[in-house]
Amino acid sequence: MSQPLVEVRNLKQYFPVKTGFGKTVYLKAVDDISFTVGKGETLGLVGESGCGKTTAGRSLLRLYEPTGGQVIFDGEPVTAKNITHMRKQMQMVFQDPYSSLDPRMTVEDIIGEPLDVHHLCANRKERRERILELMSYVGLNAEHARRYAHEFSGGQRQRIGIARALAVNPKFIVCDEPVSALDVSIQAQVINMFEELQEKLGVAYLFIAHDLLVVHHISQRIAVMYLGKIVEIADADELNSHPIHPYTESLLSAVPIPDPEITRARQRIILEGDVPSPLHRPSGCPFRTRCRYATEQCAAECPTLTDRGSGHQVACWNK
Amino acid sequence: MDQTNTPKKNPLSMQLDLSKFSAASFAPATEEEKRQQDVMSESTTFFKDGMRKLFKNPLATCSLVLLAIILITIIVAPMIVPYRYEEILSVNGKRDKGAKNLAPFTYSEMEQQYIENGGKRFPHIFGTDEQCRDYFIRVIYGTRISLFIGFFASIIVLIIGMLYGSISGYFGGRVDLIMMRIVDIIYSLPDMLMIILLSVVLNELLHFESGTILARLGTNMISLFIVFGLLYWVGMARLIRGQILSIKENEYILAARSIGATPGRIIRRHILPNCLSVIIISTALQIPSAIFTESFLSFVGIGVKAPMPSLGSLANSAREGLQSYPYKLIFPAIIICLIVLSLNLLGDGLRDAFDPKLKR
Repeated sequence: MSQPLVEVRNLKQYFPVKTGFGKTVYLKAVDDISFTVGKGETLGLVGESGCGKTTAGRSLLRLYEPTGGQVIFDGEPVTAKNITHMRKQMQMVFQDPYSSLDPRMTVEDIIGEPLDVHHLCANRKERRERILELMSYVGLNAEHARRYAHEFSGGQRQRIGIARALAVNPKFIVCDEPVSALDVSIQAQVINMFEELQEKLGVAYLFIAHDLLVVHHISQRIAVMYLGKIVEIADADELNSHPIHPYTESLLSAVPIPDPEITRARQRIILEGDVPSPLHRPSGCPFRTRCRYATEQCAAECPTLTDRGSGHQVACWNK
Repeated sequence: MDQTNTPKKNPLSMQLDLSKFSAASFAPATEEEKRQQDVMSESTTFFKDGMRKLFKNPLATCSLVLLAIILITIIVAPMIVPYRYEEILSVNGKRDKGAKNLAPFTYSEMEQQYIENGGKRFPHIFGTDEQCRDYFIRVIYGTRISLFIGFFASIIVLIIGMLYGSISGYFGGRVDLIMMRIVDIIYSLPDMLMIILLSVVLNELLHFESGTILARLGTNMISLFIVFGLLYWVGMARLIRGQILSIKENEYILAARSIGATPGRIIRRHILPNCLSVIIISTALQIPSAIFTESFLSFVGIGVKAPMPSLGSLANSAREGLQSYPYKLIFPAIIICLIVLSLNLLGDGLRDAFDPKLKR
């Protein structure tokens, strides 16, 4: 593979949590993750609620100051100094289309804001034309431009959010669960739109979601996160057909398949216990408390991602 | 059995009677009909849109008209009425000692004689006060002074409070902690005591050239403004900080940051417009509160410098002859009421008009 567009190296994001008198515990929301996203590629990031997917996306874009690690964009490390310039290349689509749009601004101003911030348009006419072009990309009519965000449905609002992200012509967009707040029929529309935009504009996505079917549909590769760590990265089809990590196995077995024959035939792997609190992480492998293959080695030492052939990376001692 | 094929329809039935529809009713809409369904709203700016909605609100419109009438009156009336607010009435250069405490639209004996001799005399619309001065023009000037103090004091409060509150709320953490402790300290100072002390000190320190506006206002008024600037902004700052703390948790602030917007831009374009309703209301309420403070200070004798009137000092001096001349209290009191009421209603109307969520 040629040089990746985005390379994340050992990204760490710890949040200090004060417990009583002067004692500070660190919540390790994202603990030492590394992955790459190629040009025009979609990397899916899945995991259950609270495993640090969103935090990973946000600290990648430096919306939080990362505790450690490095993000390299197009061969250039992203630092606090060049972040304003980098924001022209990396954008984000947010999860909640209801709170991610300013209720006091018209659609035109919302989409035009990145253009104003980065001074991308010379005059009002140019700005207006660019906004209308962006709106047509995401399937909004020109007459919507003067309306306020609350006058739109959830799917339309998400389109506005996507148009805003596209305004600066980014090469990379972090999509933070962009469809989880939408109902199923609208989800399909928005996901198809993401794919069309990728074909048309060649933009790469980090697609964060907890719906495996959605992620499998849109992504070329998928990364699975558990408790702040990436446990498996593989091609979408490879991961779906040959999951290696026990956590991925159980996740896949939980995906509902709309065919009763298959559903009856397959074996459901039900995990025992709850996700441990990220404040009190188990020693060694974070998954060992719920893993049926857990051994002493798992408690002693944390496995790292190792390649099991054709880019299929897994962090597990036993499989 | 006598049974027809189509049973008689129950008159209460909700079932559709298909015979009433023709095939044309179900034909697809033509392009022209479809276009009629597209509602094109005219292009407006945020401000124009708000003003349009404001004028749809009858109460707010009435208040605006009332305020406009008061404003026009206090500007125009001194040009028409031939008396000055500090002028003691005289007829033909002779002091009119009988023109004391006249009832509205009456003349003193000297004036009546003057009119009988063919002279013309402008009526005393509100009568005169105990020092033979025309009361109408004094009320007009009192309204001028009170409104002036109200607007300027609340603008001072608004600017300082907004800057301080938005910086403290936006940056949060340690900055917020220190800034809010300063606010707590200022909050605990007794404001009346501060005004009295400051006016004493400033009396010594400040010397204005006579004739300028500052000199005419008097050091008491200047110290009142300074105290407003120093003390009264804390309430506004706290209010705005609280608003900003809740607004900055919204995802659109994060979205603006991910776009690359600077903190200044985020505060100006996203946070302040979203707490505009609170700012408008509390500024509109700050004006009457400043008018009240000024009235109180005039009441205890450290308000405006005599002979300059303010609504508060007029009401205060009317207290003495309340049983004989109640109208002298009623006129300034009514004007205070009208100003305060219409400002409150206008504030309410503005808040509703500039909230896009309330758009019909």
